[in-house]
Amino acid sequence: MELVVAITLGVLTSTGVYLMLRARTFSVVLGLTLLSHGVNLFLFSMGRLTTASPAVIGLVENYTDPLPQALVLTAIVISFSMTAFVVVLALKAAVELRSDHVDGEDPNEDRQ
Amino acid sequence: MNHLMIMPIVIPLLTGAFLLVMYRYNIGRQRSLSIGSTLLLVVFAVWAVLQAGVTDYTLYRLGNWQPPFGIVLVLDRLTAIMLLLTALLSLFCVLYASRGSDREGSHFHALLQFQLMGINGAFLTGDLFNLFVFFEVLLIASYALLLHGGGRARSRAGLHYVIINLAGSALFLLALGILYGIAGTLNMADLAHVIANAPEADLPLLKAASLLLMVVFGIKAALLPLLFWLPRAYSAASAPVAALFAIMTKVGFYAMVRVFLVVFGLDEAAPANDTVLAWLWPMALVTLALGAIGVLGAASLRTLTAYMVIVSVGILLATLSRNDEQLLAASLFYLLHSTCMTAVFFLLADLIGRYRDNGYDRFSIISPLSHRWILGSVFLVAAVSMASLPPFSGFVSKAWILQSSSHLPDYLWLWGAILISGLLIIAALSRAGSGWFWRPEEHTGKTVPALDSARTAAVCVMVTISFLLALFAQPVMDYLAAAAELVYQPSGYVDAVLGDYVRQGGEVTE
Repeated sequence: MELVVAITLGVLTSTGVYLMLRARTFSVVLGLTLLSHGVNLFLFSMGRLTTASPAVIGLVENYTDPLPQALVLTAIVISFSMTAFVVVLALKAAVELRSDHVDGEDPNEDRQ
Repeated sequence: MNHLMIMPIVIPLLTGAFLLVMYRYNIGRQRSLSIGSTLLLVVFAVWAVLQAGVTDYTLYRLGNWQPPFGIVLVLDRLTAIMLLLTALLSLFCVLYASRGSDREGSHFHALLQFQLMGINGAFLTGDLFNLFVFFEVLLIASYALLLHGGGRARSRAGLHYVIINLAGSALFLLALGILYGIAGTLNMADLAHVIANAPEADLPLLKAASLLLMVVFGIKAALLPLLFWLPRAYSAASAPVAALFAIMTKVGFYAMVRVFLVVFGLDEAAPANDTVLAWLWPMALVTLALGAIGVLGAASLRTLTAYMVIVSVGILLATLSRNDEQLLAASLFYLLHSTCMTAVFFLLADLIGRYRDNGYDRFSIISPLSHRWILGSVFLVAAVSMASLPPFSGFVSKAWILQSSSHLPDYLWLWGAILISGLLIIAALSRAGSGWFWRPEEHTGKTVPALDSARTAAVCVMVTISFLLALFAQPVMDYLAAAAELVYQPSGYVDAVLGDYVRQGGEVTE
């Protein structure tokens, strides 16, 4: 399980970073989303990976750390709202600047 | 438990929420509500300063849960001083905005209150995860404030600002995850205690977490490779918003002081901390140099002011990285001075721009300027203070920084950078001032608009703060010296927050 989680984290983060460096608002937003998914998964796994143990103290002998789950819940709420905001902002910028490049204009446009 | 302590968070939250619901209120009522709330904040900040002067640490346990299990707010001298600065600054920003800038879009006052809630919360919190949450609160309010009023320049600057800060938030969470994985806690005092006793094997992870945190706070504070969003964003924002943003880079500085000197600073030879401060020193110096060059090359007063913000960040972080108690006290004085003065310049740029026929605040366009006598005098006084010439607070603060760094081994770098950047600021400001005010009177035949006395008064009173800071330098210095002394005694912080929990070896007792 550790291997699967580690690979998932690596793939999510690296694709996120790659997409964020693409300098087009759509891919940047997509990259931010993937990165925040990766981060949330990372936070979640910081309470150590266990199976079949609930995050409730007192019910069973082996419980898992409930705090990372609380942290992840907060982080998910925040990252969702931020993603919604950045999507709207990207749309607004694309309409106003008539370009979906993050700088508002494509520096290589003349060469094409 | 004193409930006054949570008021700097609760008041703007309630006011902001109320304003948001009551958006049909006419603008006059919104303004008076907003001004009233900021006035209350000033009152509570004064109380906080007095309270922190009496007892070193005041705690507020939310829901009365014992730390480290509950959320805790901690008030000490450093927090109190930052709260007062925020409250005063926001009062002037609200007053200035109430003369018309708040009409450009909707919900200006509600957004401003939420921004204040985030800033105050970030100063008060004693918990790293809540620091993250309050950072997000102040950031999402600042995104909306930056875009307030709309326009191409704001959309473009806003896109950069939002994206770099979202990436920063992701890195912040990564760092928190690493710290939680090592320590099993995110309470700052408990974290300090655990990190000081961490086994050798955890050191690389601790270093990674602290360097990640440096990147995150570096984005907020505009440290060198992460500062390129700042000039465009600050010069695109409306004047009162830009003036309020003058405190935002200082939130990054404050977080660095808290995290690196208190959380990572408990063990004297904390190696994770040494790595961070060793990185910070050259980067801060280059930030300072780049800011000074930007000041000289700026094409408008707002851009020039944005680069002056960068210069002040460079000086603050360079002094922080020398890890010295006296120097920290001096740089706190400089923080008060530079925040006020950069805010003054953002407002002044707007004021001057309103009374020019065209060109707004750009230097390259020659255009008649009315009310030159008053605007020129205010500009002169503000420029003298900003350029650190006597008799204003800029001179006092820089003299104190130079004096208290003279015993350090590599003080010459700091001296050179500070003095040369000061010279460049003098050159840039005198060029701007002489270009605007030293011109023969031109009569274009247009009717001269009357000077907005309320806006001018707000700027004049803010400039007076600089004079007052110089006049009452000694008591302020004493207070700041005590604040710096507390920062350099992290064990006192840990004891105050955790109390018996540490002495009983981390065992929970009834």
